[in-house]
Amino acid sequence: MIKKIFKYVVFELIRSRIVWAYAVFLLLSTLGLFYLGQNSSKTVISILNIILFIIPLVSIIFGTIHLYNSKEFIEFLLTQPVDRKTVYWSEYFGLACVFSFVFTICTGIPVLIFNFSFTSIYLITSGIILTFVFISLAFLSSVINNDKVKGIGLSIILWLYFAIIFDGLIMSVFYLFRDYPLEKIIIFLTSLNPVDLSRVMVILQTDVSAMMGFSGATIQNYMGSFTGKVYAFAILILWILIPSYISYKIFSRKNF
Amino acid sequence: MIEIKNLNKYYGKFHVLKNLDLNLEKGEIVALMGPNGSGKTTLMKSILGLVIPDKGEIKVNQISVKNNSSYRKIIGYMPQIANYPENLKVSELFKLIRDIRGGDDSPDKELIADFRIEEIYNKNFGQLSGGYKQRVTAAIAFMHKPSLLILDEPTSSLDPLSSEIMKSKILKEKKESNLIFVSSHIASEVELIADRIIYMLEGKIILNTLIKNIKNGATEFKLGKALKDLIDMKIKEKND
Ligand SMILES: Nc1ncnc2c1ncn2[C@@H]1O[C@H](COP(=O)(O)OP(=O)(O)OP(=O)(O)O)[C@@H](O)[C@H]1O
Ligand SMILES: [Mg+2]
Repeated sequence: MIKKIFKYVVFELIRSRIVWAYAVFLLLSTLGLFYLGQNSSKTVISILNIILFIIPLVSIIFGTIHLYNSKEFIEFLLTQPVDRKTVYWSEYFGLACVFSFVFTICTGIPVLIFNFSFTSIYLITSGIILTFVFISLAFLSSVINNDKVKGIGLSIILWLYFAIIFDGLIMSVFYLFRDYPLEKIIIFLTSLNPVDLSRVMVILQTDVSAMMGFSGATIQNYMGSFTGKVYAFAILILWILIPSYISYKIFSRKNF
Repeated sequence: MIEIKNLNKYYGKFHVLKNLDLNLEKGEIVALMGPNGSGKTTLMKSILGLVIPDKGEIKVNQISVKNNSSYRKIIGYMPQIANYPENLKVSELFKLIRDIRGGDDSPDKELIADFRIEEIYNKNFGQLSGGYKQRVTAAIAFMHKPSLLILDEPTSSLDPLSSEIMKSKILKEKKESNLIFVSSHIASEVELIADRIIYMLEGKIILNTLIKNIKNGATEFKLGKALKDLIDMKIKEKND
């Protein structure tokens, strides 16, 4: 059953113009950056910066809208002999898989062609993980808000927070308390931001110290590059599991 | 066929269903009546698992509906407000259901004829008029020869002719092995089709009786009037 409904969700998404627009944008910006840049490993870093911005934005906003637009479909499924678990996870994996697939084809493959390296593989991995994380957050924000406008609003706030505001916060903490040993706090704060964790995971692989940032440098000093990468990866997995599971629990108690 | 024990439902602080007990046996057409907001839809949705009760138990054919979905195989449901994906054609909607339910592939012709939906069969659901939406929703409820039919105000936006068709379809489905649970505000309609009447008031069932018992052999009988007298009496009893 989960396969049948998953298939429906995927076909529905493939017909969506937003998914195609996302694909075209990723492909053009990836090819454009390789075309303009001279040094392909530097280009990978520029692509990383685009990914860290665009994947969370598109995943969380479109994920939220998609779930509200699927309200009728979901309600209908629940009047049929289909359980909530099946409905929820088909929707979740349908979205997450389509978006990860689009990213892998439009950004991942070109990156590997122009720059076949471990860094590129890390870049692709972190893009896929970020997609899953922000779709989990999208589901959480739409499941806790019956009102579409509020749900989308919360998603925009979450994105702004992770993509923009958070950096400022961590920087101020660092400057205000720079005389104190702050490693643990910086690592803790970084763990609270999946966008930063993804960046750190890729940057630790490149060892480009100019790109480390406070969080990257701290993690590198404290744990070393390898443990740092493993740590970032593990926390990111939690960032996928925890929100998606909480919203699943709320979904399974919801009144339709 | 349906056993409900001590059912309670709150929406926030609002107590919608209050310690509700109900047993329904197959072979009957049971009409659910009651004023707007008395909890009819909420009760029906609880049986379907769309609404999660706060307390109490619901069993359909001895299976508890909690955390279960397979019991819905035998249920055909017609919601009060037809809410299907707007961008699906009626034909695609039918196909989707067949795909999910499995089973036989082409019993639709009769249904399409019964509910006279040929001319809109290839239109998007979102483009249909209210009455046509309701007819499609009805056809979907009847599609898999359900032995439990839950119909929430099935004739509320139908024209008189369609309404007659709907009623005769309901009577046609009445069998020893079936239970038809239908909510309605129209006393004459209930009198015509139902065997039993259940009356809800503020989340409680205050009347559950066979219609022939109210009739009591009278020839000149108006269910609406008889019902009003009965309910006035019940409310008075309660207040004394
Ligand atoms: N999702 C919801 N959230 C909050 N309150 C709700 C919700 N659904 C229903 N209610 C409230 O519960 C009460 C019962 O509603 P219900 O739809 O069951 O009534 P009903 O008997 O079917 O009425 P009608 O004859 O108008 O169809 C109403 O007061 C309604 O406002
Ligand atoms: Mg109702």
